[in-house]
Amino acid sequence: MTADTPALVLGGVRKRFGEFTAVDGVDLEVRRGEFITLLGPSGSGKTTTLRMIAGFLTQDEGSIRIAGEEMTRVPPYRRDVGMVFQNYALLPHMSAAANIAFPLAMRGIQRDSIRDKVSSVLALVGLSGYGERLPRQLSGGQQQRVALARAIVFDPTLLLLDEPFGALDRKLRAQMQAEVKSLQRRLGITTLFVTHDQEEALVLSDRIAVMNAGRIAQIGAAEHLYRRPASRFVAEFVGEANLFRGRAGVIAGPAPARTVEVKLESGAAMRASLAPGDRAVHYGADLALVVRPERPRRLIAGAAFENQVAGTVAEATYLGETVRYRVTLEGGGEIVLRWPAEGERLSPGTRLELGWPASDMTAVLWA
Amino acid sequence: MGEAGSWRSPHRLALLALGVATVIFLVGPMLVVIPMSFTGAKILSWPPVGFSFQWYAKMLEDPQWSRGFLNSMQVATLTAIVSTILGTLAALGIVRGRFPGKGIANALILSPLIVPVIIIAIGFFAFYSITRLTGSLPGLVLAHTALAVPFVVINVGTVLRTMDRNLELAAASLGADPVRTFWRVTFPIILPGVFAGALFAFITSWDEVVVSIFMTSTRFRTLPVEMWEQVRQVVDPTVAAVATVVMVVTTTLLLFVLVARRRVPVR
Amino acid sequence: MLFLRPVFGRAGRRTGGPLVNRWALLAIPVLVFLLVGFLAPLLIMAVRSVTDLPAGSEGDPLTNFRRFFGGEANLRVLGNTFFIAGLSTVGCLLIGYPYAYLMRLASPRWAGLLLIAVLVPFWSSLLVRTYAWQVILRDTGLINSTLRGWGIINQPLDLYQTTTGVLLGMTQILLPFMVLPLFTTMARIDPELTKAAANLGASPTRAFLRVFFPLSVPGVLAGSLLVFVLALGFYITPALLGSPKNTMLSAFIATRVQQQLDWGLASAMAMVLVAITLVVLFLASRVIRVRDVFGALDAE
Repeated sequence: MTADTPALVLGGVRKRFGEFTAVDGVDLEVRRGEFITLLGPSGSGKTTTLRMIAGFLTQDEGSIRIAGEEMTRVPPYRRDVGMVFQNYALLPHMSAAANIAFPLAMRGIQRDSIRDKVSSVLALVGLSGYGERLPRQLSGGQQQRVALARAIVFDPTLLLLDEPFGALDRKLRAQMQAEVKSLQRRLGITTLFVTHDQEEALVLSDRIAVMNAGRIAQIGAAEHLYRRPASRFVAEFVGEANLFRGRAGVIAGPAPARTVEVKLESGAAMRASLAPGDRAVHYGADLALVVRPERPRRLIAGAAFENQVAGTVAEATYLGETVRYRVTLEGGGEIVLRWPAEGERLSPGTRLELGWPASDMTAVLWA
Repeated sequence: MGEAGSWRSPHRLALLALGVATVIFLVGPMLVVIPMSFTGAKILSWPPVGFSFQWYAKMLEDPQWSRGFLNSMQVATLTAIVSTILGTLAALGIVRGRFPGKGIANALILSPLIVPVIIIAIGFFAFYSITRLTGSLPGLVLAHTALAVPFVVINVGTVLRTMDRNLELAAASLGADPVRTFWRVTFPIILPGVFAGALFAFITSWDEVVVSIFMTSTRFRTLPVEMWEQVRQVVDPTVAAVATVVMVVTTTLLLFVLVARRRVPVR
Repeated sequence: MLFLRPVFGRAGRRTGGPLVNRWALLAIPVLVFLLVGFLAPLLIMAVRSVTDLPAGSEGDPLTNFRRFFGGEANLRVLGNTFFIAGLSTVGCLLIGYPYAYLMRLASPRWAGLLLIAVLVPFWSSLLVRTYAWQVILRDTGLINSTLRGWGIINQPLDLYQTTTGVLLGMTQILLPFMVLPLFTTMARIDPELTKAAANLGASPTRAFLRVFFPLSVPGVLAGSLLVFVLALGFYITPALLGSPKNTMLSAFIATRVQQQLDWGLASAMAMVLVAITLVVLFLASRVIRVRDVFGALDAE
């Protein structure tokens, strides 16, 4: 493959299990060296998609191309894909070194060469000297690293990770995330990561593909998904979101920065911006307005914003760096705020007025 | 398990006493045979008088016993081999296979455990005498294999069912085709089950009496059948010596099984 | 490619795969072997029960069955078989239930040891154990010698070749088959339940009777049915420890074959025994999963 050929291309992939459609038309293009995450709740089809890429399942429709080659007829043991399983799947009767050597042995590589590669990759994951240990003699984190080492030792075209950090505790998970990220940067292996943890996705990925009900709801860089969610699902799944419901009015403004007037159920009026290229929102549409918790500002005398609400603090939770406020709004409903802890601390019962510009709020279809 | 609660309460103490009594009831009788085999007296009476190896000597001298021992060894070993092969394949076929009538197949494989052994014995007797296989090594091996196969299937089947299938997927993702996956991954993992099954098959054949009574002849007899002939006449404690030897062999093999379960082969 | 889907189809719970896969082929050798080496002999015997007719039977295929059910001695043997099997079951239950309960209360280590104590005799030679009982029960055996030595009795107790002797032997040998299903069921009973009952005001006895025992009933049924079925078919122990007066069906069948060469009658009786076994097992399967019981036969 040339430098331009995408490492992975999925075209219209579909998979059904009896009546249930697990993957409902997925198109995806992953560039070489990219770290892309399939993010979604359980049942969204992300693991099924991963397994089809690995070759454990055959898709009912659509094509899967790895390094430009069509993979439908290729069995898993002939795809150049490294996989890290959720429960590590280390061969229990072989030592860590033997596990790592396994794919090299399968490819008929020379003994000496194998030994060198195994020790260098053990060093890479920080487990030099642990080669002779059996999986059951290793901690969860160490097993994790052996699984990773085993998946990359043969320089695969693609590295797949299936929710690998689920069983680790928080600190270890953060540590492993950092290690995987730096490893991937260093080696430049194209990586596809599956998780339901949106924080994890945000930390690791170049791009995130949010999946829901077998389809990709939105794909893009973390910041893009956060700032400009394409649907209510994405808005709620990635990060925390405040939602207002209303009916679309007039759409105005130049193409890259259009805004829409929205009439809420309570009667109040708001103004939100549309994602560039959005074609779904139209006059009269049922909309969800998304504003992230850190965006609203406290109104001080004289300041005015396109969107304003007033309410009373119901709950204040200290979270270390930030404070999370739950504010009951006068027009009905609630809004969640996340403000830096440095600022003035508000106690429950305080009345306050909040405002934010249209650019801080995105309009998507409610459905 | 291991419930909290005082072990001093009268309920618990009574239970404990019952438990101890039951263990004695279970294990005691067999142990009685051992001192009896060392008795210096000439007759089978309790308590044993003195201490002597005379009965062991008699056992070793008597060609019937040594022949019986060798025959049993042969039959049991061959039975273990054949039933392990058949049974392991069967377990793979039943657990991993998909075919209509799998329930019936499974029932057929387990049926030797359910059908009363006397019926199996006379059925075999009639059938194998037609084919003139009674009183021969092959005939006996075939008969014992039918009895032993269920144990192999159960043992291998259990290990197979509880095995992590992801390991095979992992092997495939690492480049192993189905054949290599089986020999490098699946087989080493189910090996403890195969081993246990083989030992149980051996023990089953080694201790088998009823079918053997009908399937053996004066020319070819297994050890249990020799014992059976002697035991009904209640002659002398030689049988006690034989019984002790049989017990030692069986218990040793059983301990083997218990130990083997802890071991995982390492490369 | 066809091989792959069933082997590697991970989400196989709903995978529409082929009806038969390659693994199925591996089961063929054993099935052929059992069909020829096990089922065929039994079927031949079934056939003989209706074809091996004695002289003067006018070709009535049910002759042998009539002979069996018509003979008073035969029916006595049948009744005796049920009687002894029944008593063995009761004996096993009385001894096995407390033992299984003890296992449940014990710490895992002790429970394991208790389990071994149950299993080792199970795997030891039936003949050795029966012989051991012979040694114990005889007039000059352990029990009588000890009791005489302690001056408790003057004349030896008649234990050998009696029903009591047979029951003792059979109970000991069948005990594992009662304990294992019982323990399996008991282990599944949530220990919090008896504590909850105590919290609600039930004394230990009441908690046991109204909470624990009812939940253990499936195990009781499973064990009892299993022991009963196995006891019906027992040959060695009753033959060795019993008297000719209380023969059980298996020994009866054996003598018909070995001494009278009456294959017709023997086959018919064998069929009756198989039928009874199947009926009892069928009843059992309505209540518990018989397969679970046999699962105890692996090296666990």
